[in-house]
Amino acid sequence: MKRTNIYVLAILLFMTACRGDELLPPTETETRGDKQSGSLRGFYLLNEGNMGQNKATLDYYDFEKAIYTRNIYGAANPGMVQALGDVGNDLKVYGNRLYAVINCSNLIEVMDKRTAEHIGTIEIPNCRYLTFDGAYGYITSYAGPVQIGNKQIGYVAKFDTATLQIIDTCFVGYQPDEVEVLGNKLYVANSGGYLVPNYETKLSVIDLNTFEVADSILVAINLHRVRKDGEDMLWVTSRGDYADNPARLFRVNPLSKQITDTFELAAGDLTICGDSLYYCGMDYAAGGAMSGIINTRTCQQVSTSIVTDNTLIDTPYGIAIHPDSGYVYMTDAGTYVNPGVLYCFSRDGKQLWNVRTGDIPAHIAFIYK
Amino acid sequence: MDSLYRRFQIEEVEVTARVLDKDVIQPQTLKGPELQRLNALSVADALRYFSGVQIKDYGGVGGIKTVDIRSMGSHHLGVFYDGVEIGNAQNGVVDLGKFSMENIEEISLYNGQKSELLQPAKDYGSSGTLYLRTRRPKFEADKPYNVMVGMRAGTFGLANPSVLYEHKLTDNIHLSANAEYQFATGRYHFRVHKVSTDGKTAWDTTGVRQNGDIQSWRAEIGLFGYLPRGKWHVKGYFYNSEKGIPRAIIRNVWTSDQRQWDRNAFVQSSFENTWMAGDRRLSLLATAKYSYDQMRYLNPDTTLMYVDNEFRQQEAYLSAAFRADVFSWWEVAVSADYIYNHLNSNMSNFVFPRRHTGLIAVSTAFHYKWLRAQATALETLIHDHIERPAGLINKAAKDYSRLTPSVSLSYQPLLTERLYLHAFYKHIFRMPTFNDLYYTDIGNTALRPEFTTQYDGGLEYTKSLKLDNNAMKGIDLHVKADGYFNQVKDKIIAVPKGNSQYRWQMLNLGYVEIRGCDINAGVTMHFDYGVEWAFNGSYTYQKAQDLTDPSKLEYGGQIAYIPWHSGSIVSNLSWRDWSLHYSFIYVGERYHTSANIRANYELPWYTHDLSISKMWQLKGWRLSTTVEINNLLNQQYAIILNYPMPGLNGKLIVRAYI
Repeated sequence: MKRTNIYVLAILLFMTACRGDELLPPTETETRGDKQSGSLRGFYLLNEGNMGQNKATLDYYDFEKAIYTRNIYGAANPGMVQALGDVGNDLKVYGNRLYAVINCSNLIEVMDKRTAEHIGTIEIPNCRYLTFDGAYGYITSYAGPVQIGNKQIGYVAKFDTATLQIIDTCFVGYQPDEVEVLGNKLYVANSGGYLVPNYETKLSVIDLNTFEVADSILVAINLHRVRKDGEDMLWVTSRGDYADNPARLFRVNPLSKQITDTFELAAGDLTICGDSLYYCGMDYAAGGAMSGIINTRTCQQVSTSIVTDNTLIDTPYGIAIHPDSGYVYMTDAGTYVNPGVLYCFSRDGKQLWNVRTGDIPAHIAFIYK
Repeated sequence: MDSLYRRFQIEEVEVTARVLDKDVIQPQTLKGPELQRLNALSVADALRYFSGVQIKDYGGVGGIKTVDIRSMGSHHLGVFYDGVEIGNAQNGVVDLGKFSMENIEEISLYNGQKSELLQPAKDYGSSGTLYLRTRRPKFEADKPYNVMVGMRAGTFGLANPSVLYEHKLTDNIHLSANAEYQFATGRYHFRVHKVSTDGKTAWDTTGVRQNGDIQSWRAEIGLFGYLPRGKWHVKGYFYNSEKGIPRAIIRNVWTSDQRQWDRNAFVQSSFENTWMAGDRRLSLLATAKYSYDQMRYLNPDTTLMYVDNEFRQQEAYLSAAFRADVFSWWEVAVSADYIYNHLNSNMSNFVFPRRHTGLIAVSTAFHYKWLRAQATALETLIHDHIERPAGLINKAAKDYSRLTPSVSLSYQPLLTERLYLHAFYKHIFRMPTFNDLYYTDIGNTALRPEFTTQYDGGLEYTKSLKLDNNAMKGIDLHVKADGYFNQVKDKIIAVPKGNSQYRWQMLNLGYVEIRGCDINAGVTMHFDYGVEWAFNGSYTYQKAQDLTDPSKLEYGGQIAYIPWHSGSIVSNLSWRDWSLHYSFIYVGERYHTSANIRANYELPWYTHDLSISKMWQLKGWRLSTTVEINNLLNQQYAIILNYPMPGLNGKLIVRAYI
């Protein structure tokens, strides 16, 4: 029996020794770039994380300290059950608050923009993108009422930024993505992504006074992004159908409802800074990563590669421009399953620094002082 | 073999297959009472005790369970049911959670392949092969029938009645029929407890696993025939299930409404005979199968994309194998298979793929005193045909053909000792599946096959000692150890297609190198007074590195969910009609992606299971009862990120043999 005792003892030791505590995801800091002073404090980067992994994370870059912090949300809110959530889809700063759209967790996380501390949530199923105007926020959702054929119409929810309560909803097309405010109108890019191959083709135009759909603008199939420029023109992207119809970028005159210019390029993400539209994305038909700059006034392609040195970006995914320095921040989602990389390029496209991010780094929001 | 099963297993002569040395390299085998004592509910549960195997288990009774053999990926395991392959041209993976252990008598896992020459060409076509053998009728001398009625019940609302009837139609033709029903709510409590780096609880939450329910029934009927120099069998198999698909536990969403219905039916038969030409043997094995699989997947959750898809697969399979003796120490064989697969679906833009596969294997085996060798060349010919919907481009089915070799060797240094040194080499591939190639919008017809190359060397030693001291009457020892190096090239991986992740695309992206070792050791001690103690251990070390892109953080990292260390211990103490069984499974630390950083770290997990059985001899019939308690320490763990596994759980098993 002695042998059995030793054996039992060994097993007991084994049981207690090997499994530690389940730790929170770490928060890590790294120094990158040079300290900058100016009107900006820093920027947040939302990492989407893969569906089902519950790994949306928020990173922060501090311009004055030149420090990059991975998973700042985790550090600011250690007691938040299941942290930021599953699949970050959009990130915006408005007033003193930071809003992160967490698509698969069916909520918008509202945080203090200085500390990333949790303030509240707005629950909206399958929420996608948001924008603001006055005292209100507007958020698109795929999950409207079910119609015949089990199709769900999409909607835009209007919420009060003071109370974080939804006060109105407006049905638009199927699977609406980005929204943009121009004048007293809200422009919604409908994708129809769940209705393959019967994609949506129109922008919905909502009158902000009545919060009802007033009009629509025919652009192309599977719309994704809609942004205004300094000339009050809209820049709209179509993802195409991944087959016969390639991805395209359009300039649309919202008053005449006409497409004024068409670019055959896959702008997975874009940002407009002054007269320059910076885009990046993956063009599977043309064989990979692409980026460039378009002058929004002349509609000329200024550049067909933002990167001018030998930096190789596998999967350009998100882009932002520092409004003062003109530095370009471009994210690389890599193979999607592993951490990505954030690159900082000088105005002329030379890499200044790069840093490891969370999984699928995507959305950048600048914080002013 | 202990007394518990002795009477019922009366004709079971292969107590230890190792003694017979049929194979150049012995497989890992679990059979008979040893297998029954594991009380595994499904085949996947039983496979956890093998070395070199990792199970992906999403939890519960109804959740999908797949097997990864030596880190090459679950697509590389061929599964054979009573000698005939189980195909799944649609996604290439057999859900082993679906195969109940109720009727399985033996499980054998081969790394590389079985070295039996008289086998279909398909048996040479996978990196690893798993053979499931169902119970064959065996009769006592004076009783031409057997009846068994069984019931398993336990936590997760499990109720699992089964019935078996066997009849000796003639001395040489036996009938077996059995049916089983399984119901489980799949509900269990789980707890997630996260701790900050300062050691304080950050958050601690509990929940009930939802939508893991299952309801299924299975019926099988078989005829087994015996010839003077051969045998044949015909079998019909029917399975029907409805189950919930449990989802990942994520912030704000813990439940799911997704459901899956499966209907599988197949009819298979084989005929094997040997003719003598002088002292030379000539053998034939002919096999045929037809299977029809229907699967419906429903996502009624209107906050997500509504999906209601049905898939219907058909497979027809024909095989003929011939083996001949050139000399008594040299055999040659040739086998030829033809497989037809067709997939039908109500998906939009579906291409209704059909696949014709031809397989020709030429093999030879050699056995001279201390040396055994086997070599095979397998030619695979594949022709796909698709119906292209109007307006779809980039969809062209390509033909594929490839010759792949394998060699195995075994050397016995001393003819008096059962010590064998062995080695094998195998180069094989898995074809992209119908989903990989043609799934609407996701499939990529430009995909290449995924290749594996395996190099293995090892030893095996078996020893039986008869002792004449007071307490111990005998001792059996068995050790098997293997070291291996595997390469997986052109790994087929799904990646999202641009921004907004609901569109995916399949790509040949990835190169993995695996260095590992598997060790199995067992000892059985026979004491006085009919006391027997069997102890088996297995240990696996694997270094499975992602060597795809040197510029990436994950380069050189351990691939997703593969632990460096894993193992199991099984101990069984039996005395007369009593049996006490303990098992322990350990899976070491892992990362859930190949970027081995702290954010991706997964803790080790281990479970202790205990069961006690008693066989009751009653008038004319016997009753076996088992009480089983699993995960004794109530460890809260997950194998897959965000898929919590059950804590403490139990089962009661009663079987009546009439």
